[in-house]
Amino acid sequence: MPASVIEVRNLRVVRGRREVLHDLSFDVFRGSVTGLIGPSGCGKTTLMRAIVGVQLVGGGTISVLGHLAGNRALRRSVGYSTQDAAVYADLTVAENLRYFAALLRAPRPDVDRVIGELGLTDARGQLVSDLSGGQLHRASLAVALLGKPELLVLDEPTVGLDPALRQELWELFRGLAGRGLTLVVSSHVMDEAARCDRLLLMRDGHILADDTPAGLRAATGTPDLDEAFLRLVSARPATRA
Amino acid sequence: MSVRATTATTWRIHTQLRHDHRTIGLLLGVPSVLMILLRYVINNPAGFDRFGPMLLGVFPLVVMFVVTSVATLRERTTGTLERLMTTPLAKLDLLAGYALAFGLTALIQVAVVAAISLTWLGLKLTGPLWALLVVAVLDAVLGMALGLFASAFARTEFQAVQFMPALILPQALLSGLVVPRGQMSGFLSALSDVLPMSYGVDAMQQVTQHTAVTAALLRDMLIIAGCVVLALAGGAATLRRRTP
Repeated sequence: MPASVIEVRNLRVVRGRREVLHDLSFDVFRGSVTGLIGPSGCGKTTLMRAIVGVQLVGGGTISVLGHLAGNRALRRSVGYSTQDAAVYADLTVAENLRYFAALLRAPRPDVDRVIGELGLTDARGQLVSDLSGGQLHRASLAVALLGKPELLVLDEPTVGLDPALRQELWELFRGLAGRGLTLVVSSHVMDEAARCDRLLLMRDGHILADDTPAGLRAATGTPDLDEAFLRLVSARPATRA
Repeated sequence: MSVRATTATTWRIHTQLRHDHRTIGLLLGVPSVLMILLRYVINNPAGFDRFGPMLLGVFPLVVMFVVTSVATLRERTTGTLERLMTTPLAKLDLLAGYALAFGLTALIQVAVVAAISLTWLGLKLTGPLWALLVVAVLDAVLGMALGLFASAFARTEFQAVQFMPALILPQALLSGLVVPRGQMSGFLSALSDVLPMSYGVDAMQQVTQHTAVTAALLRDMLIIAGCVVLALAGGAATLRRRTP
């Protein structure tokens, strides 16, 4: 049994007066790529924010690398990239990375490493406000790779990228997992689900399935993950809080 | 508290400013032009000697208030603040980084305006120049701290900008800039006593009227510094690692 990097137990999150995550419990294992898959609005982002410790939670516990989520000890070992690019528009790509590298106490060459890993070499001196959508997204993603993170929490990292770039990024993710990093990646497209080691299928703040892609296909009796998701949804009518 | 994180933040804010030439131009140009205008609108040396120094204290406060409230609001809305909160950066480092960055900016701003005022415009400064610069930087940091605090209550940049007339103009009216504080009615005078800008304006008057550093000047400086600490504490309370 591989070691758990994330242990979520009975997690509840209330936003406004609505409960948006209902009693979630699951584990994420070291060196794996876990896909958080579900339609937009199902609670993927809220769950990721809870894991990195910026979400107020209503109940339950989340343990990350042996600490409670958000613990000071985790701030250099958890990399987080939001769905909207969280970088300074009025700085260049390299300046943004240099700033975050300084905060993370990452060595100087790290900036060049992540620029290379994300194919931003030509854009390194460009202001972020002048980048294309795909470059902007990669610049934000690059920040999460700075330093020596053990866990990467990436919210929709490939949205809006062309197929070639998506392919490259997934190769990068697989390579990182091969080096022992743990990745939690959200997506709402099923063809990315097939690239994950494990899937958490979410809908309306519930986890419909926690399985490997192969296990999911077997359990639902279909080779198509899209179809598998649909079958799971119809088997369990959406509950509303 | 980490020196490296604080200086990195100061460097980052200054780099952002350096890329924005128009804002730098406005930061330095607007107060200079206003000071020149004031000199020729009043058009008598005694009057200018009375109003000029007060404005030297008010400009940095107003400008830094607006710049900081918009800058922090942007950090909140673009997600960079949330990202910073997942890094080892302490809230105090962020606040200190802002204070240093804008304090330095204010120092340059005041130096330019003071240079124009003291030479070309013929402003008479009785007290030491360093005291004038110290008071101006204190005022700027106060404006920064108030702006940081106010930005927590704004959801959009439109709202943030509106806080300037809402929070700063009443202070300016009651600070002794328009009517000396001693001539105000009891209620207004009491109100003026609790507003920090009153001490900024008074400190500037002390610097221009007395050759030595007076007890009143020291008291004003201490009160402004106290208000800065209060506003920064309020600002720190609004920076939350966890949000709903």
